[in-house]
Amino acid sequence: MKVNATLINLYTVCPRECWLHANGINMEHTSEIVYDGKLLHETSYPQRADKYSEIELSAELNGTVLTGKIDFYDAKEKVIHETKRGKSVEEAHNWQVKFYIWLLELNGVEGASGKIEYPRLRKTSEVLLSETDRDFLAESVLKIKRLIGQKECPPTINAKICKKCSYYELCYIDEIE
Amino acid sequence: MKKSYYLFNPGRLSRKDNTLKFVPVNEDGVDGKPKYLPVEGVKNLYCFGSLDTNSALYNFLGKNQIGVHFFDYYEHYTGSFMPKDYLLSGKVIVNQVEHYSSQKKRMIIARQFIEGASFNMLKNLKYYSKRDKDLSKQILQIEQLSKLIADTQAIDELMGIEGNIRSAYYSGFGTIINDFEMNNRTKQPPNNEVNAMISFVNMICYTACLDQIYHTQLNPTLSFLHEPGFRRYSLALDLAEVFKPLLADRLIFSLLNKKMVQKGDFDQKLNSCLLKESGRKTVMRAWDEKLNETIKHRTLDQSVSYKRLVRLECYKLVKHVMGMQEYKPFKTWW
Repeated sequence: MKVNATLINLYTVCPRECWLHANGINMEHTSEIVYDGKLLHETSYPQRADKYSEIELSAELNGTVLTGKIDFYDAKEKVIHETKRGKSVEEAHNWQVKFYIWLLELNGVEGASGKIEYPRLRKTSEVLLSETDRDFLAESVLKIKRLIGQKECPPTINAKICKKCSYYELCYIDEIE
Repeated sequence: MKKSYYLFNPGRLSRKDNTLKFVPVNEDGVDGKPKYLPVEGVKNLYCFGSLDTNSALYNFLGKNQIGVHFFDYYEHYTGSFMPKDYLLSGKVIVNQVEHYSSQKKRMIIARQFIEGASFNMLKNLKYYSKRDKDLSKQILQIEQLSKLIADTQAIDELMGIEGNIRSAYYSGFGTIINDFEMNNRTKQPPNNEVNAMISFVNMICYTACLDQIYHTQLNPTLSFLHEPGFRRYSLALDLAEVFKPLLADRLIFSLLNKKMVQKGDFDQKLNSCLLKESGRKTVMRAWDEKLNETIKHRTLDQSVSYKRLVRLECYKLVKHVMGMQEYKPFKTWW
């Protein structure tokens, strides 16, 4: 079982979504918000594609394969660029980018940082990786592995963000007798 | 929002950049004025007239996940062009198979389909009995037959009960529908107007279910109530059982009772009766409107279209086979 940045991101938001996604139950195609985010990603920085390169990374940690695909990496400045639509799951975005920095480190690239860009909000935020973050990520990888390997799907989290989630209908559809 | 398009006229459909171009061709082979449909706005195509296309078009439709459903001259559903599956989950399929191959697990789901179907049929009959139609005999019959569902141990047995429920239900159609008689249900070919309507609308309902299944991880050939067939997407037949009373039958009642479809919309031959093009167009327009109508969903606390209800049913099945939540069929609550 591979652990990638998407799973790290999802795990931080909702273990149930992480489990469903890892088991091939994808719902993202049903979401207008996801589609909007994809368009935003494709159209926000049209000139960037020439200057920066997309890279795929992998590493092994205690028998677990970690993979990540960085859309824009500025190798000269060692900056990872990540475009996001909104800040509703900001924490998860941070962990996704921290995971990339960590992956770079595991591949021998030291001193990288990340920049999350919110074109709609006209804001950017810096991401750095600390010693405690490294421990947290290593721990999360183990927890994710355990989570997605379990037979039962974790329960719904009944959070405010559920209503905007592409899994909302799947999670909350029920019949009253 | 993506829409369904219904092609009644013969013509040529082709790709023109990122749009679909339809050129109607009349009986003398003369081209009409082309129409353009931007591909992002197309959910699926229903093809009733003869269509001239090429493989470039199907590649284009496939990439955009647009299915095409075909019907022959006699309005029979003949097949679909379905784009390749884009949502594959090994886990879901393995679990779906497991719920089919264990007789016990299969019966649990199959019973629920009939449970839902008979509940929704009863709901229709009760609606009309409140409007001074005497359907008490049929209601009583179905209520008694429904009690047997829970004890069934085999599919044949369940299907037998389903058959009895359905014939009791259809025997009330003559009472519900004002100016037409139905007598017995006949198919292949239908012998009167009501039977022609039922055949046609049921088929459309089946394709609507198929369209929804396609957008989930469920495999459409693996069914529980119906026997998984070689050429048929039998899971769509399973789902259609639950939704026919709500989607198909109610539409038939209202179209005939409001005289939106009349005798002149049918082609009555010696031993068959089929909808004419005028009738088909009216039915499809009403069907499309119906499917896009919304209701406030009780548990989701959101507006949900009739079409979406079918998708939600698929989600419930996914949850059932994945052991997340027991499947309970959709039951009309209004």
